[in-house]
Amino acid sequence: MPRETIQIPRRIESLSILPYEGELDTELEPKIPDNDLRRLYKTMLSSRKFDERCLLLQRIGKIGTYGPTKGQEAASLGPMYAIGNDDWFVPSFRETAAMLWRGWPMSKILLWWGGNEIGASPPEGVNDLPICVPVASQCQYAMGIAWGCKLRQDGAVCVAFVGDGGTSEGDFHEALNFAAVYQAPLVMVVQNNQWAISIPRERQTRSKTIAQKAIAYGMDGFQVDGNDILAMIVATQEAVEKARNGGGPTLIEAQTYRLGMHTTADDPTKYRSEEEVKKWEPRDPLPRFRKYLKSKKLLDDKVEKVIEEEIDGLLEQAIAEYDQYEKDPYYMFKGMYAEMTPALRRQMAELREYVEGGESSEKPRGSYSRVL
Amino acid sequence: MAELTMVQALNLAMKEAMREDPNVLMLGQDVGQDEGVFRVTEGLLREFGPQRCIDTPLAEAAIIGGAIGLCYKGFRPICELQFDGFSYQAFHQIEGHARRARTRTMGRYTCPLVVRIPYGGGIRAIEHHSEGPEATYAHLPGLHVVLPSGPRNARALLREAIFSPDPVIFFEPKALYRAFREEVPDEPETMPIGKARVAREGKDITLVSYGASLRQTMEAAEELLDEHDIDAEVIDLLSLSPLDDEMIQQSIRKTGRGVVIHESPRHCGVGAEVVARVVEESLLYLEAPIKRVTGFDTTIPFFANEMAYLPDAGRVVKAALETVRF
Repeated sequence: MPRETIQIPRRIESLSILPYEGELDTELEPKIPDNDLRRLYKTMLSSRKFDERCLLLQRIGKIGTYGPTKGQEAASLGPMYAIGNDDWFVPSFRETAAMLWRGWPMSKILLWWGGNEIGASPPEGVNDLPICVPVASQCQYAMGIAWGCKLRQDGAVCVAFVGDGGTSEGDFHEALNFAAVYQAPLVMVVQNNQWAISIPRERQTRSKTIAQKAIAYGMDGFQVDGNDILAMIVATQEAVEKARNGGGPTLIEAQTYRLGMHTTADDPTKYRSEEEVKKWEPRDPLPRFRKYLKSKKLLDDKVEKVIEEEIDGLLEQAIAEYDQYEKDPYYMFKGMYAEMTPALRRQMAELREYVEGGESSEKPRGSYSRVL
Repeated sequence: MAELTMVQALNLAMKEAMREDPNVLMLGQDVGQDEGVFRVTEGLLREFGPQRCIDTPLAEAAIIGGAIGLCYKGFRPICELQFDGFSYQAFHQIEGHARRARTRTMGRYTCPLVVRIPYGGGIRAIEHHSEGPEATYAHLPGLHVVLPSGPRNARALLREAIFSPDPVIFFEPKALYRAFREEVPDEPETMPIGKARVAREGKDITLVSYGASLRQTMEAAEELLDEHDIDAEVIDLLSLSPLDDEMIQQSIRKTGRGVVIHESPRHCGVGAEVVARVVEESLLYLEAPIKRVTGFDTTIPFFANEMAYLPDAGRVVKAALETVRF
């Protein structure tokens, strides 16, 4: 065999539609019904307001450590517009806008951050998985779901999310490889928000783009302006259509930016400059979308005020529901298996006697009063 | 003597070791510029530079697997995994390689690495951030498993772990990171791995515990004396593999009664091992069955209910009274 060059596909497309300066490229503008555009905007704004409120709730101790989503609303919401309720949505943990679109009640999302399992139970009517914490581990079951869609031939697809940091994990690569081998209808969206806690994107991988990682697995990669709701919709619609028609998986790199901290437990001024954050602020997906809607006369100050008031009302209602939720210290036993084991039954009785003070036991004292 | 928190004491142990031995490296996610998610690596990047305090990409298996290779090249890596629940992402490297390196190469290659893992519940953290996996690791031959209970022993044991010729899983109870300060000597100090300590002398019953649960156990011992005139001896295990058999047996033979306390699940936990050893060696000295006060055989609940899961002093007192009144 002589020494020769093997030709491999090397093309990575990138897409941005909504300008943050300059004019809209009308040739790229998708045709989305006005009502849908308004609904998308409302969801994006709800997510932003919910996020701001969560930061306050964390500060007063009402919820625990919180990972803000500010600036990343379009990257998670756009892909949801491209799928239906029979399709599958597998989040990481910064997809609040997507969850709201899919019908997750705000109170449920609050319960997750407030340390209640009920916040991880998906609402009826959609095929969604809960927030996933171990980085990139969700890629594997997302791949399995897509694989299952193919085996079932039910025409459904799976859209999954992971971060730029997650692309360094083995789980991410293994999942893409399987998905490509089985031509599973998987759309893997990488929310590249440029920072994995304190590690910038350029120190996470030497690849010029994250999208190009798809090439090695024999699948398509697409780099998309993740702060552009229209571009995210168009790119995901293409990937979803291809997946439904047996064309296999797609890797979408959504270029976005984490305007806030990784979580409330960290201080980004330790590792990144204010100038960098300032540079990204004009690309914030929310004002960009708002400007677009105003240019289309779908939004004015009056309408916006009405939407804001409606969202504020929903937020108050969600917080009230969250406050009313009663903790169940026995769920840990009941939720473990389809049927409780004898040991679990004994241990549950043990805790109940201790907490509630069985007939023979002394009155409950001390720290366990915190339980109820 | 300086009064240090556990975070500061661990930091000191690493600085001392890195100053003494250029082969000691620190690696992990966010350990450099960010100084660790719990700030345990504060100042390391500044003092030792990015060649020795290394911010890695995000991959637990690569951190541990890479560290194993670094060991083969003569380094002594200290790896920080950010949370207990993420240690499983590196599990196959620890189980398949770190613990077996010495045995399978007949000593040609060894693995003197330390895996530092913030451990356990009680800090209102989200899912996968409050786990108690110590028994899983203690079950693996070839590893040492250490779980300190205060700033002073944390500093001494970490130093011992760093210079240990074999791999050490070093659990750091998060709930104690900043819970209290303790006097720590100016000079580096070590404690042998495999030795427990008597945290409180007593004659009526032996309470065996470790890590954050030791605080509840000590609280219970005070209550037992004040309210029930029961003088409890408290053993702080510190090392879960190897276990300090001798100290456990001696204490149980003296008191004839025992309760083992830990926050991780009961089934196949460290408590089971302690009880089994006592039964094997000291059965005839027992006045009553030994009890276990532990986390339940469940996943630790999300934090709103974690206090129902974690053993508190009241549960320890209750078990101790039942044992004494048996």
